[in-house]
Amino acid sequence: MRHHESSKWITKEILGSSLKSAFYKLNPKVMMKNPVMFVVEIGFFICLTLTFVPSLFHDKGTNLSLMNGIVALILFITVLFANFAEAVAEGRGKAQAETLKKTKKDTQARRIQADGSEQWISASQLNKGDVVLVKAGELIPNDGEIIAGVASIDESAITGESAPVLKESGGDFASVTGGTTVVSDWIQIRITSEPGHSFLDKMIALVEGATRQKTPNEIALNTLLVSLTLIFFIVIVTLYPIALYSGVKIPISTLIALAVCLIPTTIGGLLSAIGIAGMDRVTRFNVIATSGKAVEACGDVDTLILDKTGTITFGNRLASEFLPVSGVRPEALRDAAWISSLHDETPEGKSTLELAVKQGCRLDEAAAQGSFIEFSASTRMSGQDTANAKYRKGSSDAIIEVVRQLKGQVPADLKEKVDHVSQLGGTPLVVCRDAEILGVIYLKDTVKPGLVQRFERLRKIGIKTIMCTGDNPLTAATIAAEAGVDGYIAECRPEDKIAAIKKEQAEGKLVAMTGDGTNDAPALAQADVGLAMNSGTSAAKEAANMVDLDSDPTKILEVVEIGKQLLMTRGSLTTFSIANDIAKYFAIIPAIFSLAIPQMQVLNIMRLASPSSAVLSALIFNAVIIPCLIPLAMKGVHYKPMSASKMLGRNLMIYGAGGILCPFIGIKLIDLMIAPLLVCLGI
Amino acid sequence: MIQIICTLVLFLLILFPVGNYIYHISAGKKTWADPLFDRVDNVIFKSLRIDRSPMSWKQYALHLLLVNACLVAAGYLILRLQSVLFLNPNQIGNMEESLSFNTIISFMTNTNLQHYSGESGLTYFSQMAVIIMMMFTSAASGYAACVAMVRGLLGQRMGNFYEDFTRITTRFLIPAALLVGLFLVWQGVPQTLASNITVTTLEGKFQNLARGPIAALESIKHLGTNGGGFLGANSSTPLENPTILTNLAELYSMMILPAACVVTFGRMAYDTLRQRKAANTKISLSQTDSARGKGMGKEGRTIFLVMSLLFLLGLGLCFWSESQGNFAVENSGIVQPAGNMEGKEVRFGIAQSSLFTTVTTSFTTGTVNNMHDTLTPMGGLVPLLHMMLNVVFGGAGVGLMNMLVYVIIAVFICGLMIGRTPEYLNKKIEGREMKLAALCLIIHPLLILGFSALAVACQSGLEGITNPGFHGLTQVLYEFSSSAANNGSGFEGLADNTLFWNVTTGMAMFFGRYISIVLQLGIAGSLMKKGCVSTSAGTLRTDTPTFAVVLVVVVYLFAALTFLPALALGPIAEALTLGI
Repeated sequence: MRHHESSKWITKEILGSSLKSAFYKLNPKVMMKNPVMFVVEIGFFICLTLTFVPSLFHDKGTNLSLMNGIVALILFITVLFANFAEAVAEGRGKAQAETLKKTKKDTQARRIQADGSEQWISASQLNKGDVVLVKAGELIPNDGEIIAGVASIDESAITGESAPVLKESGGDFASVTGGTTVVSDWIQIRITSEPGHSFLDKMIALVEGATRQKTPNEIALNTLLVSLTLIFFIVIVTLYPIALYSGVKIPISTLIALAVCLIPTTIGGLLSAIGIAGMDRVTRFNVIATSGKAVEACGDVDTLILDKTGTITFGNRLASEFLPVSGVRPEALRDAAWISSLHDETPEGKSTLELAVKQGCRLDEAAAQGSFIEFSASTRMSGQDTANAKYRKGSSDAIIEVVRQLKGQVPADLKEKVDHVSQLGGTPLVVCRDAEILGVIYLKDTVKPGLVQRFERLRKIGIKTIMCTGDNPLTAATIAAEAGVDGYIAECRPEDKIAAIKKEQAEGKLVAMTGDGTNDAPALAQADVGLAMNSGTSAAKEAANMVDLDSDPTKILEVVEIGKQLLMTRGSLTTFSIANDIAKYFAIIPAIFSLAIPQMQVLNIMRLASPSSAVLSALIFNAVIIPCLIPLAMKGVHYKPMSASKMLGRNLMIYGAGGILCPFIGIKLIDLMIAPLLVCLGI
Repeated sequence: MIQIICTLVLFLLILFPVGNYIYHISAGKKTWADPLFDRVDNVIFKSLRIDRSPMSWKQYALHLLLVNACLVAAGYLILRLQSVLFLNPNQIGNMEESLSFNTIISFMTNTNLQHYSGESGLTYFSQMAVIIMMMFTSAASGYAACVAMVRGLLGQRMGNFYEDFTRITTRFLIPAALLVGLFLVWQGVPQTLASNITVTTLEGKFQNLARGPIAALESIKHLGTNGGGFLGANSSTPLENPTILTNLAELYSMMILPAACVVTFGRMAYDTLRQRKAANTKISLSQTDSARGKGMGKEGRTIFLVMSLLFLLGLGLCFWSESQGNFAVENSGIVQPAGNMEGKEVRFGIAQSSLFTTVTTSFTTGTVNNMHDTLTPMGGLVPLLHMMLNVVFGGAGVGLMNMLVYVIIAVFICGLMIGRTPEYLNKKIEGREMKLAALCLIIHPLLILGFSALAVACQSGLEGITNPGFHGLTQVLYEFSSSAANNGSGFEGLADNTLFWNVTTGMAMFFGRYISIVLQLGIAGSLMKKGCVSTSAGTLRTDTPTFAVVLVVVVYLFAALTFLPALALGPIAEALTLGI
């Protein structure tokens, strides 16, 4: 059994608890939820009875009791394997829930009474609408909105990110989550959720799988599996009298073995594990989905609506080019820009330094020592005063003003350069040395690395990307072209976003979007898949069906792929399971009939040693294939973006053709191993 | 071999114009014959005060069932009272209850399983007022259900049952039956109301020669994929099928409607998909490429190819096996240069016999021009298997409906494999559709295997079996497959006119027909209400060769595997013991 070797998807603790719960799940009441495996369990009970009373149905045969016992044992193991698969998937969720639960201690809260006095009560007694005061070093008792104060808050309990975040009343950074810690200052919070229904509670419940309901697609697939089970049940029940008429008396245990081989036990045993593992993959990704349905819907997404700032671009304007005015050497501008940014800690300043060095600036820091002039909203420039000169960089108006005061000349082509940069959607920073204007730094909103390829991949699987931005159309077009999105909405207001979503949905498309602000909440609710940022407002989180704990909007791309992978895993294993039946027929049909009809041996193309070894080999294969496929069910089938036709062809080859061939080989190998054993046992 | 190829190629040539015509009837498009038929239809609708407004799927199914129930009641009375009614020159008595029950269900369900012999069991009036009438109405019912299902799948309203039922009858079945009937009369098929005649044979013996309105029955028998012969020996007698030309005419008539339904589906699907595309891309319809809609559209072509492939595989096996001859005969030292000629008409030979056998069971007609009981085991496996599949073109309309259920299953599995929740023709396949489709899948094996098991387990069933061993089991399987698939061909040899067989096959026919139709209409009704999802590069395409191959495999896996154990004990065991 391979699960001992693989360490990635299972740990020692999970293994232990899963084994225990695999036995616990044998309870028929629990098994009933999985009809396919329930049938196997019933088969087990019948075979067990036949082990002790082999002549119950007047079956005849040598060592019938032993044979029935072996069949019963294999059936028992089959059920156990299926339960184990489910337990492992659940175990992984539980392990994660445990860590979350640790943060959920019973905290005391300082409630502010109507008369303004403070009262200490237990957090569990807090109701929606209560106002509490939380000071540095204290846990926030429940989800809420800050109504007064500013504080930095450590959210590592939920996000795993240790750097504290700043939260203040009003705006998009007012929401706080229960279980996080105030690191500095104080805040007053109005509680927004009932006790026991906080975000943390919901997350724990979701991760634990307590509220897990079967998704629509899972229900549909389950229907198919149950109907297949029923069909094969009909086949087996009717086979008994039909065979009897033809002079073949099939022992009941053999009939049960045939039935269990034919019903889709492989997918039936792994189905719920696949679903849980899919959710788990999303959770591991630090995204909490409110339902499995949302993850499933991800697979169907046709259109992604993405905010430009933060999702597609860094949002910081970074230096991308130096544009010297005429008569100035590029090196002079480069060096001046370097000196002016030497102590500038802003992203603009840092990126200017980087660009200058990249372009060959080799100045010595010591030579440029002087005093740093920090940027301020009134001067709108920053720079460095060295022993030789004053270097400044800033907005073109401000720099021109300074140069004019010093009686310097404004170069004729400066305006043209500045306008050019603005038109491209960039920000121009003009650089001067004393009264001489040297040129312009082109600050550009930079597309995150790798996104262009990502969008290309999405296009391959038929997903359209639309970028939303508040920029003017020209700027939007520039960034859109650079990122390679399929469409953009410039000067986008929140209502434009909803309109865009509705338009796509009217065309029959499923839309996914990310958002964080209160403004985004209606759009998040309208979208089929809405991913809210944990840093966002609680309104946004409430409206979305997924929350990203790391607040990284690009994650929507991965989540879509996880959704697809989940469905693919289900489909592939179903195909595999059904395709297996061909080989099992070739093993069992000749085995049960060849005693009465010796010519049937022609169909024994695997040349299995004896009828009983053929039946048992098929049954054993049927059992061991389940644990062999658990890693696949946990990790999901390999996913590579390609067109639907190509992907279908590929998966059909692997799981369809493979599903036909694999059991032929597997059953033959098992037969080779067990045939001598069975001879010793006299079966 | 060349004979078979020529026959099939010629069929393709007539399929397209006829399919095109049926498509126009189904989609309510103008045809050149409208001025005449519109008047006829209007008279019918006005005089019967029929409401022509569209129906929901439940209404559609209910009206179909009600109309069929009324016809069953009327037909049953006629059979029970036929001796005293008119047009009974041969003095035939009333039909017994259980046989009447079986016969009436058999004809209303388009099965035409006959536990009686026409020449001795029915009066001319019964032949015309019950048998021929039901041959028209059962075919029209099946077709109507099919068109309604296709409309639902495509998101259109289901239409009006009476409208569909009347349009196909007046615009296609009656005119075509008239043409084929006249052709048969020209070729020598009797058409008279005069009584049977007694002739003196060459040996000086007397022989009763049955006649009657045979040509009229013969034409609709095939056009409506009915299959019940006027005479007991069906299309193997020269009175029903005198020449190679009538043989061809009968072959083509039974193939045309089921195949034309596929064409109709393809064309309607093409139109709908094109309209959706145009609406989404804001291009006017005239700008989109319309040339490819001719023929049968891409969706229709996939289904046609799948059915054709299944058909050709079966035909190949049957033809090969019959050409090999019977091994038991060969082992006894007799040479069989012409193959297995037992039970075959010399004038048709192996090629036309195996073609007819495969066609009649694939297109679920049930007429025979040779005795299926005497086919070689593997040759007999083919008609049996094709009735178990029940999707190889199938009966008028219902074959396509069954295939669409398999398409839904295939789409479900394939859709998942490309990482999307499944969809077909822009409609999402979800729990409700899967439930109905799954029930459709279950009902067929339940009827065939359940009743077969019952027959071999109880004394009254066993009494009907006339052959020992594996062949006896094949007889039983064949009888119930033929009933459940509404095929009606007999393996013959079974002593089937007993209470047990009349009642069990009657039930198999009834449930096999109506449960499936109601479930399938339910699927269409549920899909109809759904919004359309858009198509992109990530959508599963159902018009590709890959999908066609998957569909073939799904049909074999889901339908054939179910029956494999039973087949192994029947024809396969027989073949193996004979040494293939």
